[in-house]
Parts: sequence; structure tokens; C-alpha cells
Amino acid sequence: MTHICNKMNRRAFGGGALAIVLARPAFALTADDATAFIKRLISDIYSVINSGAPETAMIRQFEELFVRYADVQIMAQYALGVDARSATAEQKSAFNSAFATYIAKKYGKRFRQFIGGRIEVEGSRKIKAGFEIKTTAYLKGENPIEVIFLVSDKSGELQFFNMFLEGVNLLLTERSEIGSMLDMSGGDLNATIRELSKAG
Amino acid sequence: MSLGNIKRSSPRALIVIALIAGLAGCSGAGRVQPTGIDDPHEQSNRKVHNFNKKLAGSGNGSGLAHAVPMGIQTVVHNIAENLSMPQVAVNSALQADVKGFGIASYRFLTNTVLGVGGIADVASEFQIPKHDTDFGETLYVWGASEGPYYELPFVGPSTGRDVAGRAVDLFTNPLSYVLPRPEKYIGTATGFADSVFKNSRRSDAINDVLQGSTDSYSQARLIYLQKRRYELSRRTGAPVTYDDPYLQ
Repeated sequence: MTHICNKMNRRAFGGGALAIVLARPAFALTADDATAFIKRLISDIYSVINSGAPETAMIRQFEELFVRYADVQIMAQYALGVDARSATAEQKSAFNSAFATYIAKKYGKRFRQFIGGRIEVEGSRKIKAGFEIKTTAYLKGENPIEVIFLVSDKSGELQFFNMFLEGVNLLLTERSEIGSMLDMSGGDLNATIRELSKAG
Repeated sequence: MSLGNIKRSSPRALIVIALIAGLAGCSGAGRVQPTGIDDPHEQSNRKVHNFNKKLAGSGNGSGLAHAVPMGIQTVVHNIAENLSMPQVAVNSALQADVKGFGIASYRFLTNTVLGVGGIADVASEFQIPKHDTDFGETLYVWGASEGPYYELPFVGPSTGRDVAGRAVDLFTNPLSYVLPRPEKYIGTATGFADSVFKNSRRSDAINDVLQGSTDSYSQARLIYLQKRRYELSRRTGAPVTYDDPYLQ
């Protein structure tokens, strides 16, 4: 047993060290970079909201923003959970794009509430994967909502990989929702992908 | 609060003290924030959930919010909030939250006197922050564990600890021991009306989530537990540590 453990530790350590060398970006991510990145994202979201375009057009634009600013691959993989391991490459890429459409539709509809409001960046904090950026959304006639973005450059570029609204973890919540879809379809990933692109 | 009032309501007060003492018996465990879901009553909870969902989907809710002018809804909200402040002060004191106790007391005095019985929220004009708490939070501070998940009719998701908290809060509003009948019911009535209005203003958003979800019961459960745990830990808790999906 000890022998196996040692062997595994050694292997894990080797893999980890290699991963660090490979994933290390040319310049270290700073809190200022991460904050500026989220400020750009917020201003881009607001220019879509204030454009006055019809909802379907807005949601298409939100999807473009999501794909540009978020690490869709890692988010989709987390949301799919253990089923991601047995998925084929085609299934994974189909799932990723269905996931992006779903998120844009589901959360884009809520952005209507943001009309006439504002989002302010409160501060940043170093976390293991990168930075936590804390913001407050001030919506008309509502109590302020705390919105947290988790930002990382582990994918090779600066992207956000999770969001928390008043403590509600987006990835965890969507992992549960997608898990329910998988249960409903008896674990059929292709059916779930079709369901996901219609849902939201 | 005059002595005569305490004496008159002493049997009730004794029951409450006994209840608190009983519940406090489970304290001392320290504030451990659970991450899992403990739902042994899932079957009956799901039945209640279907009932609540039908209620939300009936459309009565949002109709009410549209029918009653916003000005009236605001006044009802102000009165209800102001009348809840003595209880917030008591719970803050039980939590040894000096700042919360100060805010609640100061808000109650300011709004009762200058806001004409709480009709106007003068305290907010003076930039006094808002403060809200309940006996469920007091139990959390005392170290009571979260208990199983419950979905209550009309009220929605809750936990064992919060159900006990609600029960105690029903009987421990200091105002109900000081005010004569029927004035002492104003707080309860406006509180109820305010939560009905609030629910109906929100019901569009909630409906979207409930109707759109594949399993709205588990979504409501997960969202509630995350939100409540966050609410409870944000005043006292250590900074959150996050799952790192890049390591999986």
C-alpha cells in the first residue's frame, strides 16, 4: 500500500510539475489585470443592454461575449461532471457550444433587470487559480446584489471561469441542472446535448 | 416594557425561554458550514414543492404587485420593517452583535418618531445602514447545526434550524408584549402583506427558473442552501475557498 502510494505521489508530482511549467504564462497575472478585465466585460455587457436591440439579437451578442470572456471549455467540463470523462471529442465540443448557448439564453434574459442600474467593482483577492473580483450590482428598486467573478489565465489567456450571485455558485448550480437532464434521459449524453441547446 | 406586561404574559414567556434553552442545548458545536445536502424528507418536500409551484404558476402573485400602487407597497414595507426592528435588536443582542443591536435600535427610534410610526424610512435618508436578522441566525451563531432541508407550504425552502427559528420568532417579538390589542397585530399583518407583495414582485423571475428547470425541486433546494449559508457566513465567516476546476 505504502509502495503504491509513493509511486502515485511521485507520478502525480511529476505531472503537476510538468503542468506548472507548461501552463505558466509569460507574465504573471496581477490583480490590476484581472480587475481591468472584469471592468471591460461589464462595460461590454452594458453596451449590449443599452443598445435597445430585440431580445433574440441581444442574447446572440451575450453568447459572443461569453465565448470571448469566459473559459467555456473548463466551465462546460465542470458542469458536465463525471460524464465528461467518457465523452468523445465530438460530444465534448457539441456539449461546449450547447452550454454556451444555454448560459447566454438563461442569464441573458435576466439582464433586462439591469436596465437603468449599474455594476461597481469593489475589490480583488488572490485565490489559487487566479483572482476573485468582487462587484456589486445596483438594480432599480432592488437591494444591491453581490456578484463575484473568478478569473484565471490558466487556459493561456485571461478568462473568467465561475460566477457567484449572492453566494450562489453558477457552475455548481448548472452542474446539478445538467445532472438532472442526464438522469431524465437515462444518462444519454447526446439527448442531453439536444435538450441543453433548447433549454435556458 | 412595563413590569405588569411581563407578569401578564409570563406563561408564554416561560414557554419561550424553555424552547430557547432546549434549542440552545445543541449549541457548542462551533459554526461549521456544511456543504452537502441533507434531505431525508425529500418525498414529502417534493409534494409541498409541487403545491408551491402551482401557487406561483397561478399568476395571482404578480397580478397583485401590478394592481397595488408601488407607493402603498413601499409604505407597507416601511411599517413592517420598522415594527420588526425590536425583534432584530433582540436577536442581535442574543448574537452578541453590538453593531447590529445599535443599528436596529437607532432605526426603530428614528423611524418611529421622525418617520411617523415607521411610514417613512427616515433612517435610510440619514444613511443609516439596514440590518436584518432572525432567530434562525441566532441559533447558527450559538452553534446549532443546520438540520435537514424542508420545503414549507407558502414560505418555501427552509432548514430544520430555520424552522425552529421561525417558531421562536413568532413568540418573541417584544412589541407583542408591550402593545395592546389590536395594535400588536399590525406588525404581523403588515409583515405578511409585505412578504406577499415581495413574493409577487419576484414571482416572474422565480417562475422563469422554476418552469424552465428540468428538476425545479433540486434547483430550488441547491440555490436556497447556497444563499442561506452565504448569508450566515458573510458576517462571521472566514474568506471562502473556491473549487479549482483547472485541477480536476
